[in-house]
Amino acid sequence: MTQSSNSNPALDGARPELKADPVARGILAHHGKIERNVTLLLVLSFLVVTIGGIVEIAPLFYLQNTIEKVEGMRPYSPLELAGRNIYIREGCYNCHSQMIRPFRDETERYGHYSLAAESMFDHPFQWGSKRTGPDLARVGGRYSDEWQVQHLIEPRSVVPESIMPSYGFLMQADLDMKDPAGHLAANRDVGVPYSDEMVENAAADLRAQVDPDGDTSGLLARYPKAVVADFDGNPQRLTEMDALVAYLQMLGTLVDFSAYEPQENQR
Amino acid sequence: MAETRDVDQITGVETTGHSWDGIKELNNPLPRWWLWTFYGCIAFALVYTVLYPAWPMINSATGGLLGWSSRGQLEASIEEAKAANAGKLDEIASLGVEEIAANPELRPTAIAAGKAAFKVNCVQCHGSGAEGGPGYPNLNDDSWLWGGSLDAIHTTLEHGIRYATDDDTRISEMPAFGRDGVLDRTQIGDVAEYVLSLGGRSGDEAAVEKGQAIFADNCAACHGEKGEGMHEIGAPRLNDAIWLYGSSKADIVAQVTAPRHGVMPAWGERLGETTVKELTVYVHSLGGGE
Repeated sequence: MTQSSNSNPALDGARPELKADPVARGILAHHGKIERNVTLLLVLSFLVVTIGGIVEIAPLFYLQNTIEKVEGMRPYSPLELAGRNIYIREGCYNCHSQMIRPFRDETERYGHYSLAAESMFDHPFQWGSKRTGPDLARVGGRYSDEWQVQHLIEPRSVVPESIMPSYGFLMQADLDMKDPAGHLAANRDVGVPYSDEMVENAAADLRAQVDPDGDTSGLLARYPKAVVADFDGNPQRLTEMDALVAYLQMLGTLVDFSAYEPQENQR
Repeated sequence: MAETRDVDQITGVETTGHSWDGIKELNNPLPRWWLWTFYGCIAFALVYTVLYPAWPMINSATGGLLGWSSRGQLEASIEEAKAANAGKLDEIASLGVEEIAANPELRPTAIAAGKAAFKVNCVQCHGSGAEGGPGYPNLNDDSWLWGGSLDAIHTTLEHGIRYATDDDTRISEMPAFGRDGVLDRTQIGDVAEYVLSLGGRSGDEAAVEKGQAIFADNCAACHGEKGEGMHEIGAPRLNDAIWLYGSSKADIVAQVTAPRHGVMPAWGERLGETTVKELTVYVHSLGGGE
């Protein structure tokens, strides 16, 4: 037990070379004070995390190339939104990503790399982090509706190597979107620009999109490029299969890439 | 906490001052090599943020002295891949499919590239060996719905079949003879017998005879008098052994009653003209090309 009158008492008894180190004498010698004061440790930790958060997250809300505008994006139609809910419910994101990264192998296989704006109406986004199956960011229009239905019912009937589970039960499940307008309104509350007109017509638009023989002018005016079809091949019923295939068939089809300048926002 | 200074008598090193069952912990400084590696990492990070995009500013982030961007890197890698085949790719882009297929230098390139594109985009429906499946045509055989010439295959690939969003898509629709009440069930049964007889497979002479008249009135306009089919409107040939939706009488009755229609996406916009040409030459080379 020794007590010395050295100018830095924390280094008393320490090895001589440490005493000579200006950093050790300055900053490191005082960390004990923080570690011994729980409140101070908490306050300073919070401060450090806050700075990290501000530097990493805040710029994404204002930097030009993270909020670049693109032509063609629109909110999901009620049927697509219903399909998206089924996509999330069934956990499709566990095996399928929706994020084409800017690498040659990915763009040659899946198409143009994904843009931040393409996820702007997603709450939550479906980027995913694991590809057991292929990326689906641009699967829309890549296969026929019949193929999608057949593939969801029995994946191995078209892709023998597939290990995807069967989703045939979607054909038997009536689409039960209890309150389409409510779904749209809830999305509007978190920033999706659904107009009053869209919310009012939600229930009608939901049905209009699966009826190619009906009047779809209103639907198409509100949701340009919406694919109208009897997706599951059963015109008598509006099933979950209809909704899911409607969602799959619009994925990645909205942006007008002829009007897109990749370098414009590259700073 | 008590401010006690406790130095270990044997090593001369200060302890942390805590004691557990009489065991004390030496308060050694961090190893030098570790500390300097740590400082080195910080220095590396600082240099990195100067060279690469990093610090967020008012409207954009700092671009970095090297001018690197992920989009730029992608562009460079695509350019590099193109440059490796530059001469041939330019030629494929500028020539028609007939000329490419006839050119002994370009043909192998186009087939190799088409094969790769086929594996990515076409096998999901047409199968990994282009063998097709129920509802999806086999591309190895001589039976073509919309024609098996280079030009016909090219048009099909470019604009698709019954693909709603392409204005020039191939389109035709067989009437639903049963569902819409044009023919009754007996008549459909008879015409199916006749269709079977076109391939030499029917046993019911009486039905075939009745079916022949019905066929001439309702079916021959598109499928031809002898069931030879018509490429212009995608009407399948009926007098061979190749069937898209099944070859049994029940399958044929089902198809006459309420026909199924295949849909193929248009690939022109998605894949680009060069790839579509390569695919054309590849599919044509599979064995059934006309």
